[in-house]
Amino acid sequence: MTPVLEIKGLKKAFGGVQALGGVDFHINENEIVSVIGPNGAGKTSFFNVISGMFSPDEGQIFFDGDDLAHHQPNEITRRGIARTFQNVRLFPNLTVLENVMVGQHCRTSSGMWGAILQTKKQRAEEIAIEERAKEVLSFFGTRLAGYRHDQPANVLSYANRRRLEIARAMGTDPKLLLLDEPTAGMNPRETVELTGLIGKLRDDLGLTVVVIEHDMKVVENVSDRVVVLDHGVKIAEGDYDHVSSDPDVIEAYLGRPAENSDE
Amino acid sequence: MRRPVKYGILGGITMSFLAGIGMVESFADRMLIDPVLNMGYLVLYGIVAVYGNMAARSEPNPLEEPSYEKGSSALAGLMTGLIAGLGAAIFVVLVDSVDMTRYFPNFRPELVEVMTFGLELIPGLVALIAVSGAAGAVGAVVLGLEASRRHRVAATVGWVLGFALFQVVVTDILDIAPALARVFYAPLGGLEWYMAVIIGAVAYFLSGRSKGKAKSVIETVRTAERWSGVRWSVYAFAGIALLLPWLVLGGIVNELLINVFLYVLMGLGLNIVVGYAGLLDLGYVAFFAVGAYGTALLTSSLSPTVTPELSWWVALPFVVGLAAIAGLLVGTPVIRMRGDYLAIVTLGFGEIVRILLLSDWLVPYFGGSQGIRQIPGIQVGPWEVSGVDPQYFVYFAAFFAGLAAFISYRAQNSRVGRAWAAMREDEDVAEAIGVSTVKAKLLAFITGAVVASFAGALFSAKVGAVFTNSFDVLVSLIILVVVIVGGMGSIPGVILGAFVLIGILGGPKSPGLLAEFSEYKLLVYGALLIYMMLKRPEGLWPSARRSRELHADELTQDAWLDKGGDFVSDGEQGAPA
Repeated sequence: MTPVLEIKGLKKAFGGVQALGGVDFHINENEIVSVIGPNGAGKTSFFNVISGMFSPDEGQIFFDGDDLAHHQPNEITRRGIARTFQNVRLFPNLTVLENVMVGQHCRTSSGMWGAILQTKKQRAEEIAIEERAKEVLSFFGTRLAGYRHDQPANVLSYANRRRLEIARAMGTDPKLLLLDEPTAGMNPRETVELTGLIGKLRDDLGLTVVVIEHDMKVVENVSDRVVVLDHGVKIAEGDYDHVSSDPDVIEAYLGRPAENSDE
Repeated sequence: MRRPVKYGILGGITMSFLAGIGMVESFADRMLIDPVLNMGYLVLYGIVAVYGNMAARSEPNPLEEPSYEKGSSALAGLMTGLIAGLGAAIFVVLVDSVDMTRYFPNFRPELVEVMTFGLELIPGLVALIAVSGAAGAVGAVVLGLEASRRHRVAATVGWVLGFALFQVVVTDILDIAPALARVFYAPLGGLEWYMAVIIGAVAYFLSGRSKGKAKSVIETVRTAERWSGVRWSVYAFAGIALLLPWLVLGGIVNELLINVFLYVLMGLGLNIVVGYAGLLDLGYVAFFAVGAYGTALLTSSLSPTVTPELSWWVALPFVVGLAAIAGLLVGTPVIRMRGDYLAIVTLGFGEIVRILLLSDWLVPYFGGSQGIRQIPGIQVGPWEVSGVDPQYFVYFAAFFAGLAAFISYRAQNSRVGRAWAAMREDEDVAEAIGVSTVKAKLLAFITGAVVASFAGALFSAKVGAVFTNSFDVLVSLIILVVVIVGGMGSIPGVILGAFVLIGILGGPKSPGLLAEFSEYKLLVYGALLIYMMLKRPEGLWPSARRSRELHADELTQDAWLDKGGDFVSDGEQGAPA
């Protein structure tokens, strides 16, 4: 089975800081992989390079067989990789529905002439975009349904903003979804709900998902496999139980146990 | 008593300032209501009334209906007016006693004469303070009236001042019956006082009747059957309105309307770039110049080198194509720039175009400071319509302004419009969500350039000649002010902004209805801009998105209140990050 996404020797430095020091990574179709690691380990940089927001210094990113390194973000999204952001970045003054409709941009084609002349094709497309956006929002049950459609995104509660961000990424009809700390700032109940949702993304919608997450309960519950980054290097990989007992991982999170008490 | 003192001092300073810059004196020549009120006094004491009104408000708590005690609020207004008048009087005494004309050319005896109502100094000053006090008190008392009375008073003042200030329009309309105009207006300008009384009385008694009627009329029309009589009467009214410029309005008003429509065009074009796509373009006039010079080259028989002498209509597609290319040329290098940098670079581009047109190098093509003359008007059958016949030309200007509004409207509510909106909100995220920001930006620049080229083509056909000084940076800025004051991203807002600013105050090169303002136009523009930024940053007629952005906190609160303060109930943490 060939992996959906295969990354080889990915490097990225910012000045003297080696954010990514040669990361290898792969994910198979229908898999959920968690990327964990202490703060500053390079997890978000990893996402930023995959999604094209930063160009890698070295390495290849194979997606469906093509090397996507150095492509523009919109091109990468069009190929089928969508992402969310750690610090929720919605379009705050667009309505909930509009936020998701923007996602359909790369799946549709009508331009200025279509808009001005309101051709048949353009009108049909516009209706399809709206239908698709509503369909995506219905994935979240009643949370983002009904009157919420026409509310601007900035009046949503924090948890709903997180949900809307996932909906917007789903609106691009991706194959691979990159979720950057989807449960950050949520209360325990919401976290449980979202954990179930991530599972549904795979089981019901057939998506492949990479999750950056700090909440180990979530990691344990959703992941097929866990990848641990520290200082831009992959230090462990495997299922949750394996990784959680790995001495390197424990060291990265907790530090080395003191060997001599008298220095 | 702190507020009257504060606003009184402010009032005194404002009065002295307006007098000192010569505004009062030059406005005094314009009679409004013969022989009582001229425009200088209106401005001077109108301001005092406003300050009196503000002083009379109890502590400003926006959530509460302001409360009044009639006696004390009138007293506060009176105090404000008296203090303001005293300030102005001190200024007048200063001007009268010390000769400062070397440094301040406006500080001259004529000013003292205007300020003292032409009386001797001492009685004049007393009169000044007294009138000022009265104005302050009136401003305060108006606020204490109950709402319906206040509407009536406002209607009365509005109609009388409207007739007085817009004398040009009224006489222009009454051109068919000059005798009627002589009934309304005094020979030296200004509404006759008895007409002011009549108009005021009519307005006072009729106002309030139409209240709510407009809404019900709109509702009737909206719900009417397609081929019903109601619909037909609307069409009939629209048809009659369409005939107005030709049959009723005179040359001056039509000329003004053309100017307004040109700025509506450019404002809508810039609105696409700034309001929709969020790209601050300070060199927008360059595209206007491309349109105007393109038309000149292609149609004029006196164009120095290129003289195909096409007709306006044949030239138009070429001009539009040229503008699109110009949009692409300006857009491409600035793709990666944002915010301030983009603004500065586009400002540079705007100036480069003007200076190139003036340069020796291009004189053989564009005529340098001589410009290009002999541009024909717009051909319609055997006729040729140019600025000489404003009553016909106005239709072309209106048509293209309508076209620009149509394009804006359709583009805004489409896939392209959403991409622009997303880009304006957060460029990086838009890109990550699959919007090609390069394409979206170029498309915004090109669309904006094309709309401006319509204005340029119309402008050159109207004037019959193009010169570089019509395209300096001030024009770019004024267009931007029209967009900001009207309401960024709002089509009706931009149209309203153009009517208010260009129509009433005047554009950078043309006087408006209040021609007296032309000398102080930029001052008024500046003051207006500051006021708008402080009090109503979303513009006169804002777009939904824009007001959401500027009043996000209130919206959040409203949503919270709507749900009965119950954000947390469905298991969510309330406060947004």
